Amino acid sequence: MAKIAPYRRPNPDTQPPYLHPAYVSTIKRAPAKSLIYLPHTLSEVTGPSFTGAAIDVKACDLTRQHSGNPLGERIIVSGRVMDEEGRPLRHSLIEVWQANAAGRYLHKRDQHNAPLDPNFTGCGHTLTDAEGRYRFVTIRPGAYPWGNHHNAWRPAHIHFSLFGAAFASRLVTQMYFPGDPLLPFDPVFNSTADENARNRLISLFDWENTIPSQALGFKFDIVLSGREATPMET
Amino acid sequence: MSRQATTSQTVGPFFSIGMTRMKRDDLVSAGASGERVTISGQVFDGDGKPVSDAILEIWQANTYGKYAHPADQQDKPVEASFSGYGRIPTDDEGKFRFTTIKPGQVPDLEGKLQAPHIVVSVFARGLLRRLVTRIYFPDEPTNAADFVLNLVEPSRRETLIAKMIAGVNGALKWDVILQGSSETVFFDCGL
Repeated sequence: MAKIAPYRRPNPDTQPPYLHPAYVSTIKRAPAKSLIYLPHTLSEVTGPSFTGAAIDVKACDLTRQHSGNPLGERIIVSGRVMDEEGRPLRHSLIEVWQANAAGRYLHKRDQHNAPLDPNFTGCGHTLTDAEGRYRFVTIRPGAYPWGNHHNAWRPAHIHFSLFGAAFASRLVTQMYFPGDPLLPFDPVFNSTADENARNRLISLFDWENTIPSQALGFKFDIVLSGREATPMET
Repeated sequence: MSRQATTSQTVGPFFSIGMTRMKRDDLVSAGASGERVTISGQVFDGDGKPVSDAILEIWQANTYGKYAHPADQQDKPVEASFSGYGRIPTDDEGKFRFTTIKPGQVPDLEGKLQAPHIVVSVFARGLLRRLVTRIYFPDEPTNAADFVLNLVEPSRRETLIAKMIAGVNGALKWDVILQGSSETVFFDCGL
Protein backbone atom coordinates (compact mmCIF):
# COMPACT_ATOMS: atom_id res chain seq x y z
CA MET A 1 0.00 0.00 0.00
CA ALA A 2 1.01 3.57 -0.59
CA LYS A 3 1.74 5.66 2.45
CA ILE A 4 -0.64 8.45 3.42
CA ALA A 5 0.69 11.60 5.04
CA PRO A 6 -2.16 13.19 7.02
CA TYR A 7 -2.81 16.93 7.10
CA ARG A 8 -1.76 18.99 10.10
CA ARG A 9 -4.20 19.67 12.90
CA PRO A 10 -4.49 23.29 13.99
CA ASN A 11 -3.57 24.53 17.44
CA PRO A 12 -7.08 24.70 18.99
CA ASP A 13 -6.67 28.27 20.28
CA THR A 14 -6.06 29.51 16.74
CA GLN A 15 -9.49 28.38 15.51
CA PRO A 16 -12.94 29.39 16.74
CA PRO A 17 -15.07 27.05 18.85
CA TYR A 18 -18.42 25.93 17.48
CA LEU A 19 -20.26 27.38 20.46
CA HIS A 20 -19.50 31.06 21.02
CA PRO A 21 -22.61 32.48 22.74
CA ALA A 22 -21.67 36.10 21.99
CA TYR A 23 -22.37 35.17 18.37
CA VAL A 24 -25.99 34.27 19.00
CA SER A 25 -26.50 32.12 15.90
CA THR A 26 -24.02 29.56 17.29
CA ILE A 27 -26.27 28.75 20.27
CA LYS A 28 -28.71 26.54 18.37
CA ARG A 29 -26.35 25.45 15.63
CA ALA A 30 -23.21 24.30 17.47
CA PRO A 31 -23.07 20.54 18.04
CA ALA A 32 -23.67 19.67 21.68
CA LYS A 33 -21.86 16.34 21.51
CA SER A 34 -18.11 15.92 21.18
CA LEU A 35 -16.67 15.64 17.71
CA ILE A 36 -15.14 12.26 16.93
CA TYR A 37 -11.48 12.36 15.96
CA LEU A 38 -11.16 11.26 12.35
CA PRO A 39 -7.75 10.02 11.18
CA HIS A 40 -7.15 11.21 7.62
CA THR A 41 -7.75 8.49 5.04
CA LEU A 42 -7.58 8.69 1.28
CA SER A 43 -11.02 10.35 1.43
CA GLU A 44 -9.68 13.33 3.39
CA VAL A 45 -6.25 13.77 1.73
CA THR A 46 -7.84 14.05 -1.71
CA GLY A 47 -10.19 16.80 -2.83
CA PRO A 48 -11.60 18.66 -5.80
CA SER A 49 -9.59 20.77 -8.20
CA PHE A 50 -10.95 23.52 -10.39
CA THR A 51 -9.31 24.54 -13.62
CA GLY A 52 -10.13 25.36 -17.20
CA ALA A 53 -13.81 25.83 -17.91
CA ALA A 54 -14.69 26.31 -14.24
CA ILE A 55 -12.70 29.56 -14.14
CA ASP A 56 -13.63 32.94 -15.62
CA VAL A 57 -10.37 34.87 -15.91
CA LYS A 58 -12.25 38.20 -15.66
CA ALA A 59 -13.85 37.27 -12.33
CA CYS A 60 -10.86 38.58 -10.35
CA ASP A 61 -12.01 42.16 -11.06
CA LEU A 62 -15.24 42.87 -9.18
CA THR A 63 -15.34 46.43 -10.54
CA ARG A 64 -15.79 45.35 -14.17
CA GLN A 65 -18.89 43.17 -14.02
CA HIS A 66 -21.39 45.81 -15.16
CA SER A 67 -21.63 48.66 -17.64
CA GLY A 68 -20.64 51.35 -15.16
CA ASN A 69 -18.17 51.79 -12.34
CA PRO A 70 -19.31 50.78 -8.86
CA LEU A 71 -19.39 53.44 -6.19
CA GLY A 72 -16.83 53.42 -3.42
CA GLU A 73 -13.13 53.21 -2.83
CA ARG A 74 -11.39 50.98 -5.38
CA ILE A 75 -8.89 48.59 -3.76
CA ILE A 76 -6.43 45.87 -4.74
CA VAL A 77 -6.50 42.84 -2.44
CA SER A 78 -3.60 40.49 -3.02
CA GLY A 79 -1.46 37.99 -1.20
CA ARG A 80 -0.09 34.48 -1.14
CA VAL A 81 -1.73 31.20 -0.26
CA MET A 82 0.66 28.74 1.36
CA ASP A 83 0.81 25.88 3.82
CA GLU A 84 2.35 26.05 7.30
CA GLU A 85 5.82 25.48 5.87
CA GLY A 86 5.40 28.35 3.44
CA ARG A 87 5.02 26.07 0.43
CA PRO A 88 2.80 27.79 -2.15
CA LEU A 89 -0.66 26.45 -2.98
CA ARG A 90 -0.53 26.58 -6.76
CA HIS A 91 -3.46 26.94 -9.16
CA SER A 92 -5.90 26.74 -6.28
CA LEU A 93 -9.39 28.22 -6.37
CA ILE A 94 -10.25 31.27 -4.25
CA GLU A 95 -13.83 32.57 -4.13
CA VAL A 96 -14.74 35.92 -2.55
CA TRP A 97 -18.00 37.70 -1.73
CA GLN A 98 -18.76 40.95 0.03
CA ALA A 99 -21.11 43.85 0.67
CA ASN A 100 -20.97 46.98 -1.49
CA ALA A 101 -19.46 50.28 -0.39
CA ALA A 102 -22.66 51.17 1.47
CA GLY A 103 -22.61 47.93 3.47
CA ARG A 104 -25.39 46.22 1.52
CA TYR A 105 -25.28 42.70 0.08
CA LEU A 106 -27.03 41.85 -3.17
CA HIS A 107 -29.13 39.23 -1.37
CA LYS A 108 -32.85 38.87 -0.83
CA ARG A 109 -32.41 38.40 2.91
CA ASP A 110 -30.30 41.53 3.43
CA GLN A 111 -32.78 44.03 4.90
CA HIS A 112 -30.29 46.84 5.59
CA ASN A 113 -31.73 50.08 4.24
CA ALA A 114 -28.48 51.10 2.54
CA PRO A 115 -28.64 51.33 -1.27
CA LEU A 116 -27.77 48.56 -3.68
CA ASP A 117 -25.27 49.48 -6.37
CA PRO A 118 -26.40 48.48 -9.88
CA ASN A 119 -22.76 48.24 -10.87
CA PHE A 120 -21.63 45.94 -8.09
CA THR A 121 -22.54 42.29 -7.52
CA GLY A 122 -19.89 41.57 -4.92
CA CYS A 123 -18.61 38.17 -5.98
CA GLY A 124 -15.41 37.03 -7.64
CA HIS A 125 -13.04 34.14 -8.00
CA THR A 126 -9.55 33.39 -9.22
CA LEU A 127 -6.84 30.75 -9.22
CA THR A 128 -3.56 31.26 -7.43
CA ASP A 129 -0.56 31.41 -9.77
CA ALA A 130 2.51 29.14 -9.81
CA GLU A 131 3.85 30.92 -6.69
CA GLY A 132 0.54 30.75 -4.82
CA ARG A 133 -0.20 34.44 -5.41
CA TYR A 134 -3.62 35.92 -6.08
CA ARG A 135 -4.97 39.38 -6.80
CA PHE A 136 -8.49 40.86 -6.76
CA VAL A 137 -9.65 44.33 -7.77
CA THR A 138 -12.73 45.36 -5.82
CA ILE A 139 -14.44 48.05 -3.76
CA ARG A 140 -13.80 48.51 -0.08
CA PRO A 141 -16.93 47.08 1.55
CA GLY A 142 -18.92 49.09 4.05
CA ALA A 143 -19.67 48.13 7.64
CA TYR A 144 -23.29 47.08 8.23
CA PRO A 145 -25.69 46.54 11.11
CA TRP A 146 -26.91 43.08 12.07
CA GLY A 147 -29.35 41.69 14.59
CA ASN A 148 -26.96 39.89 16.90
CA HIS A 149 -27.39 42.37 19.78
CA HIS A 150 -28.33 46.00 20.33
CA ASN A 151 -26.44 48.31 17.97
CA ALA A 152 -24.43 45.44 16.51
CA TRP A 153 -22.29 46.28 13.45
CA ARG A 154 -20.09 43.98 11.46
CA PRO A 155 -16.66 45.44 10.70
CA ALA A 156 -15.94 45.74 6.98
CA HIS A 157 -14.88 42.35 5.65
CA ILE A 158 -14.50 40.21 2.55
CA HIS A 159 -15.43 36.52 2.67
CA PHE A 160 -12.78 34.13 1.31
CA SER A 161 -13.36 30.48 0.37
CA LEU A 162 -10.35 28.26 -0.36
CA PHE A 163 -9.91 24.59 -1.18
CA GLY A 164 -6.19 23.90 -1.20
CA ALA A 165 -5.18 20.43 -2.30
CA ALA A 166 -7.48 18.27 -0.20
CA PHE A 167 -10.77 17.95 1.63
CA ALA A 168 -8.76 18.33 4.86
CA SER A 169 -7.45 21.78 3.88
CA ARG A 170 -10.83 23.38 3.06
CA LEU A 171 -11.17 26.84 4.63
CA VAL A 172 -13.72 29.64 4.62
CA THR A 173 -12.67 32.82 6.38
CA GLN A 174 -13.10 36.60 6.40
CA MET A 175 -10.54 39.31 5.72
CA TYR A 176 -10.76 42.51 7.74
CA PHE A 177 -9.22 45.97 7.32
CA PRO A 178 -6.50 47.56 9.46
CA GLY A 179 -7.60 50.13 12.00
CA ASP A 180 -11.30 49.23 11.89
CA PRO A 181 -12.80 50.57 15.15
CA LEU A 182 -15.51 47.89 15.08
CA LEU A 183 -13.12 44.95 15.41
CA PRO A 184 -12.94 44.93 19.24
CA PHE A 185 -16.75 44.67 19.38
CA ASP A 186 -17.33 41.98 16.78
CA PRO A 187 -18.23 38.53 18.19
CA VAL A 188 -17.33 36.75 14.96
CA PHE A 189 -13.83 38.21 14.81
CA ASN A 190 -13.36 37.75 18.56
CA SER A 191 -14.56 34.14 18.66
CA THR A 192 -10.98 32.88 18.39
CA ALA A 193 -8.96 32.85 21.61
CA ASP A 194 -5.49 33.43 20.17
CA GLU A 195 -4.93 37.16 19.58
CA ASN A 196 -2.19 36.62 17.01
CA ALA A 197 -4.43 34.26 15.06
CA ARG A 198 -7.22 36.85 15.10
CA ASN A 199 -4.89 39.59 13.97
CA ARG A 200 -3.76 37.55 10.99
CA LEU A 201 -7.30 38.01 9.64
CA ILE A 202 -6.61 41.73 9.35
CA SER A 203 -5.12 42.71 6.01
CA LEU A 204 -2.11 45.02 5.86
CA PHE A 205 -2.08 48.29 4.02
CA ASP A 206 0.09 47.62 0.98
CA TRP A 207 2.01 50.51 -0.63
CA GLU A 208 3.74 48.13 -3.01
CA ASN A 209 0.50 47.15 -4.70
CA THR A 210 -1.13 50.57 -4.45
CA ILE A 211 -1.62 51.97 -7.95
CA PRO A 212 -1.07 55.73 -8.22
CA SER A 213 -4.27 57.65 -8.97
CA GLN A 214 -6.16 54.35 -9.13
CA ALA A 215 -6.47 52.06 -6.11
CA LEU A 216 -5.14 51.39 -2.59
CA GLY A 217 -3.52 48.03 -1.95
CA PHE A 218 -4.25 45.60 0.89
CA LYS A 219 -2.23 42.46 1.52
CA PHE A 220 -3.81 39.30 2.90
CA ASP A 221 -1.78 36.09 3.07
CA ILE A 222 -3.62 32.87 3.79
CA VAL A 223 -2.23 29.67 5.33
CA LEU A 224 -3.96 26.34 4.71
CA SER A 225 -3.25 23.05 6.43
CA GLY A 226 -0.43 21.21 4.74
CA ARG A 227 0.61 17.59 4.88
CA GLU A 228 2.72 16.23 7.69
CA ALA A 229 6.24 15.34 6.60
CA THR A 230 6.05 11.81 7.97
CA PRO A 231 3.77 9.49 6.05
CA MET A 232 1.75 6.93 7.94
CA GLU A 233 1.80 3.35 6.74
CA THR A 234 -1.50 2.40 5.13
CA MET B 1 9.03 28.42 12.99
CA SER B 2 6.12 27.08 11.04
CA ARG B 3 3.01 29.10 10.40
CA GLN B 4 -0.46 28.43 11.78
CA ALA B 5 -3.38 27.78 9.46
CA THR B 6 -5.54 30.85 8.98
CA THR B 7 -8.48 31.14 11.36
CA SER B 8 -11.86 30.00 10.04
CA GLN B 9 -14.82 32.39 10.01
CA THR B 10 -18.49 31.78 9.27
CA VAL B 11 -19.82 31.87 5.71
CA GLY B 12 -22.53 34.15 7.12
CA PRO B 13 -26.09 34.42 5.78
CA PHE B 14 -25.19 35.80 2.35
CA PHE B 15 -22.78 33.15 1.02
CA SER B 16 -24.98 32.45 -1.99
CA ILE B 17 -23.56 35.59 -3.62
CA GLY B 18 -20.16 33.97 -3.80
CA MET B 19 -20.91 30.24 -3.70
CA THR B 20 -23.88 29.75 -6.05
CA ARG B 21 -21.86 29.96 -9.24
CA MET B 22 -20.18 26.68 -8.33
CA LYS B 23 -23.37 24.93 -7.25
CA ARG B 24 -23.12 21.23 -8.25
CA ASP B 25 -26.13 19.13 -7.36
CA ASP B 26 -25.95 16.73 -10.30
CA LEU B 27 -22.66 14.86 -10.38
CA VAL B 28 -23.75 12.42 -13.07
CA SER B 29 -24.83 14.78 -15.84
CA ALA B 30 -21.54 14.32 -17.69
CA GLY B 31 -22.26 10.60 -17.99
CA ALA B 32 -20.47 8.83 -15.15
CA SER B 33 -20.83 5.06 -14.88
CA GLY B 34 -22.16 3.34 -11.80
CA GLU B 35 -25.28 3.12 -9.67
CA ARG B 36 -27.17 6.41 -9.61
CA VAL B 37 -28.52 7.63 -6.29
CA THR B 38 -30.46 10.74 -5.37
CA ILE B 39 -29.90 11.81 -1.80
CA SER B 40 -32.26 14.33 -0.24
CA GLY B 41 -32.73 15.62 3.24
CA GLN B 42 -33.08 18.57 5.49
CA VAL B 43 -30.81 20.48 7.87
CA PHE B 44 -32.20 21.20 11.36
CA ASP B 45 -30.96 23.30 14.26
CA GLY B 46 -31.12 22.51 17.98
CA ASP B 47 -34.80 23.58 18.13
CA GLY B 48 -35.70 21.32 15.23
CA LYS B 49 -36.12 24.33 12.96
CA PRO B 50 -35.02 23.96 9.34
CA VAL B 51 -31.78 25.74 8.48
CA SER B 52 -32.42 27.65 5.27
CA ASP B 53 -28.96 29.20 5.08
CA ALA B 54 -26.70 26.15 5.05
CA ILE B 55 -24.65 24.74 2.21
CA LEU B 56 -23.23 21.23 1.89
CA GLU B 57 -20.14 20.25 -0.01
CA ILE B 58 -19.53 16.63 -0.87
CA TRP B 59 -16.48 14.71 -2.06
CA GLN B 60 -16.42 11.11 -3.13
CA ALA B 61 -14.73 8.42 -5.19
CA ASN B 62 -16.16 7.15 -8.47
CA THR B 63 -17.90 3.81 -8.90
CA TYR B 64 -14.54 2.03 -8.95
CA GLY B 65 -13.44 3.53 -5.64
CA LYS B 66 -10.98 5.95 -7.24
CA TYR B 67 -10.65 9.64 -6.37
CA ALA B 68 -9.99 12.13 -9.17
CA HIS B 69 -6.90 13.41 -7.37
CA PRO B 70 -3.15 12.82 -7.75
CA ALA B 71 -2.84 11.58 -4.14
CA ASP B 72 -4.94 8.56 -5.09
CA GLN B 73 -2.30 6.15 -6.44
CA GLN B 74 -4.60 3.14 -6.69
CA ASP B 75 -4.55 1.22 -9.94
CA LYS B 76 -8.23 1.87 -10.70
CA PRO B 77 -9.91 3.75 -13.57
CA VAL B 78 -10.42 7.52 -13.38
CA GLU B 79 -13.45 8.84 -15.24
CA ALA B 80 -13.08 12.27 -16.79
CA SER B 81 -16.86 12.56 -16.63
CA PHE B 82 -16.96 12.29 -12.83
CA SER B 83 -15.28 14.93 -10.66
CA GLY B 84 -16.59 13.64 -7.33
CA TYR B 85 -17.34 17.14 -6.04
CA GLY B 86 -20.74 18.60 -5.24
CA ARG B 87 -22.01 21.79 -3.63
CA ILE B 88 -25.64 21.92 -2.56
CA PRO B 89 -27.33 24.82 -0.73
CA THR B 90 -30.44 24.29 1.39
CA ASP B 91 -33.67 25.94 0.25
CA ASP B 92 -36.13 28.05 2.23
CA GLU B 93 -37.31 24.90 4.05
CA GLY B 94 -33.79 23.74 4.85
CA LYS B 95 -34.04 21.02 2.21
CA PHE B 96 -31.31 19.84 -0.11
CA ARG B 97 -31.08 17.21 -2.86
CA PHE B 98 -28.34 15.91 -5.11
CA THR B 99 -27.80 13.14 -7.62
CA THR B 100 -24.59 11.17 -7.76
CA ILE B 101 -23.07 7.71 -8.12
CA LYS B 102 -22.75 5.32 -5.24
CA PRO B 103 -18.99 5.37 -4.71
CA GLY B 104 -16.82 2.28 -4.75
CA GLN B 105 -14.71 1.30 -1.77
CA VAL B 106 -11.47 3.08 -0.92
CA PRO B 107 -8.78 1.87 1.48
CA ASP B 108 -8.52 2.84 5.14
CA LEU B 109 -5.24 3.40 6.99
CA GLU B 110 -4.51 -0.31 7.22
CA GLY B 111 -5.23 -0.98 3.58
CA LYS B 112 -8.57 -2.61 4.33
CA LEU B 113 -11.46 -1.28 2.28
CA GLN B 114 -13.79 1.27 3.86
CA ALA B 115 -17.51 0.94 3.24
CA PRO B 116 -18.78 3.18 0.40
CA HIS B 117 -19.14 6.71 1.72
CA ILE B 118 -19.34 10.36 0.78
CA VAL B 119 -17.48 12.95 2.86
CA VAL B 120 -19.46 16.08 3.67
CA SER B 121 -18.69 19.62 4.83
CA VAL B 122 -21.55 21.66 6.28
CA PHE B 123 -21.31 25.45 6.22
CA ALA B 124 -23.94 27.84 7.58
CA ARG B 125 -24.58 31.10 9.31
CA GLY B 126 -23.78 30.36 12.94
CA LEU B 127 -21.07 27.85 12.11
CA LEU B 128 -17.76 29.60 12.76
CA ARG B 129 -16.06 26.64 11.11
CA ARG B 130 -17.38 23.86 8.94
CA LEU B 131 -18.79 20.65 10.30
CA VAL B 132 -17.46 17.43 8.77
CA THR B 133 -19.55 14.30 8.49
CA ARG B 134 -20.04 11.29 6.20
CA ILE B 135 -22.89 9.65 4.32
CA TYR B 136 -22.93 5.84 4.26
CA PHE B 137 -25.35 3.62 2.36
CA PRO B 138 -28.17 1.41 3.68
CA ASP B 139 -28.16 -2.38 3.27
CA GLU B 140 -24.43 -2.29 2.73
CA PRO B 141 -22.75 -5.34 4.27
CA THR B 142 -19.35 -3.61 4.41
CA ASN B 143 -20.68 -1.03 6.91
CA ALA B 144 -20.25 -3.48 9.79
CA ALA B 145 -16.45 -3.58 9.48
CA ASP B 146 -15.95 0.05 8.41
CA PHE B 147 -13.12 1.61 10.40
CA VAL B 148 -14.74 5.03 10.68
CA LEU B 149 -18.24 3.78 11.56
CA ASN B 150 -16.59 1.75 14.30
CA LEU B 151 -15.16 4.93 15.83
CA VAL B 152 -18.78 5.88 16.57
CA GLU B 153 -20.86 4.46 19.41
CA PRO B 154 -23.44 2.07 17.91
CA SER B 155 -26.46 4.12 18.97
CA ARG B 156 -25.27 7.10 16.91
CA ARG B 157 -24.07 5.31 13.78
CA GLU B 158 -27.46 5.49 12.11
CA THR B 159 -27.10 9.28 11.80
CA LEU B 160 -24.39 8.59 9.20
CA ILE B 161 -26.35 6.03 7.17
CA ALA B 162 -28.82 7.24 4.57
CA LYS B 163 -32.24 5.58 4.55
CA MET B 164 -34.02 4.13 1.56
CA ILE B 165 -37.17 5.92 0.49
CA ALA B 166 -39.72 3.15 0.05
CA GLY B 167 -40.94 2.66 -3.47
CA VAL B 168 -38.47 5.00 -5.14
CA ASN B 169 -35.55 3.24 -6.76
CA GLY B 170 -32.20 4.88 -5.99
CA ALA B 171 -33.72 7.49 -3.68
CA LEU B 172 -32.12 7.96 -0.28
CA LYS B 173 -32.90 10.25 2.63
CA TRP B 174 -30.27 11.67 4.94
CA ASP B 175 -30.82 14.58 7.34
CA VAL B 176 -28.33 16.78 9.14
CA ILE B 177 -29.25 17.55 12.75
CA LEU B 178 -26.84 20.15 14.02
CA GLN B 179 -27.68 19.80 17.70
CA GLY B 180 -29.80 17.74 20.08
CA SER B 181 -30.53 14.20 21.20
CA SER B 182 -30.48 12.81 17.65
CA GLU B 183 -27.58 15.02 16.62
CA THR B 184 -25.67 13.91 13.52
CA VAL B 185 -22.20 12.55 14.21
CA PHE B 186 -19.61 15.15 13.30
CA PHE B 187 -15.90 14.47 12.99
CA ASP B 188 -12.83 16.36 14.05
CA CYS B 189 -11.02 16.47 10.71
CA GLY B 190 -8.60 19.25 11.71
CA LEU B 191 -9.81 22.48 10.17
